[in-house]
Amino acid sequence: MIYTLLLAILAWSVFTLEADSNKGVLTLLNIVLLTTPLVSIIFTTIYLYNSAEFIELLLSQPAGRKKIWNGLFFGLFFSLAISFLVGAGIPIALFAAPKIAIILIVMGCLITAVFVALGFLCAILARDKARGIGISILIWLFFSLLFDGLVLFLMFQFSDYPIEKAMIGVSAMNPIDLARIFIILQLDVSAMLGYTGAIFKDFFGNTTGAMVGFLILCLWVIVPYWISLRRFVRKDL
Amino acid sequence: MIDIKDLCKQFGKFQVLRHIDLSFEAGQCTAMIGPNACGKTTLIKCVLGMVIPTSGQILFKGKDIAGQFDYRHQLGYMPQKGRYPDNMSIGQVIDMMKDIRNTNAPFDEQLIYDFKLQDILHKKMRTLSGGTIQKVSAALAFMFNPDVLILDEPTAGLDPLSADILKEKILAENKNGKLVIITSHLLSELDDLVSHIVLMQDGAIRFSMPVDVLKNETKTHSLSKAITHVLKHDLVQ
Repeated sequence: MIYTLLLAILAWSVFTLEADSNKGVLTLLNIVLLTTPLVSIIFTTIYLYNSAEFIELLLSQPAGRKKIWNGLFFGLFFSLAISFLVGAGIPIALFAAPKIAIILIVMGCLITAVFVALGFLCAILARDKARGIGISILIWLFFSLLFDGLVLFLMFQFSDYPIEKAMIGVSAMNPIDLARIFIILQLDVSAMLGYTGAIFKDFFGNTTGAMVGFLILCLWVIVPYWISLRRFVRKDL
Repeated sequence: MIDIKDLCKQFGKFQVLRHIDLSFEAGQCTAMIGPNACGKTTLIKCVLGMVIPTSGQILFKGKDIAGQFDYRHQLGYMPQKGRYPDNMSIGQVIDMMKDIRNTNAPFDEQLIYDFKLQDILHKKMRTLSGGTIQKVSAALAFMFNPDVLILDEPTAGLDPLSADILKEKILAENKNGKLVIITSHLLSELDDLVSHIVLMQDGAIRFSMPVDVLKNETKTHSLSKAITHVLKHDLVQ
């Protein structure tokens, strides 16, 4: 609820204060890409730890483990996605151009799914609640801040080499960056990214590249979740 | 009804269950006793599918339970320490269980009335005393008329009157042909209740026999005296 409110306040204020809707979208993009992963992963981790006893109760009943874990995932994903849609989705739909609005909303939901999946992975891997939440915060920090710092550093080190293709591969390793690229391409400000931007536009701009990028984002949801599911199915309670 | 074959469970380096071979038949009322940490609860959790054995087999009515959950329709479990979602009321928990079980068969709600739970259905689980939570657990275990009742320390935490009500209920259901498995430390409580006794120690079965046979062999009249006799003289079947 608070999450919805927070997003709503941010989104509405950005759009009302910023005359140029494109700039507004850009600002909002960064806000969304910063807060959505954080809230998704931490809320998921905390919820799973708090529900541990409840889950144990369910397991003594005639209900399959897969179904229980899946149910928890979809429950968490839908409630977080709806918060996002109501909080940020409505102002986006109202203020931004349709093409941009769609991609922003879709990416927001996808990123939510990715970090809910990562939250599931944290919760199942760490027995201790404090450690699990700590890991989830670290994951968020890594993907939202550290990763880009590392990439910039590497870019400087190898600036003499033709690293553009590698840059595409590297950006695929960070779901937040992938989402950011998709959205920026739509905004036609990819000139901002310079030569690298041109490469991205070249690769992700066309249909195959876009599909690949989308697929990778989906993999970012499926793989961590699947690992957590396998562990859950074999877990002793 | 339940056949346990060569069951072993290891937690890390610690061997909790060692080559357990045990059988339970319908109409029995079996007490599982033994010192703390002898593996009673772990064994029960293996039967319930909450703990996955390292090796060995558990058959329910002839079918292997590994990976199955449907057989739990015929199990009623009363945990030692019932854990329920804090902010659900008793009524909500009962309704949720009915939803999960999803059966059209009539419910056995006798314990709800005997324990006078119908007056406090609106109370939240977090406000309940330990004993009241035990009553809820007991009511839920018997509610769906399962063929097998697994009760982990059922009378611990209950006041004498409630303990008596529960024992009456156990006796009645046992006479109806249900298999009842009770783990307990309170031998005196079990005296009029149980037909078979299983003693566990250090993860292995020390003996498993009908109570009459035990009393004959030790020439005693009460279960507690018989057990103390066995333990003192280190007799093993």
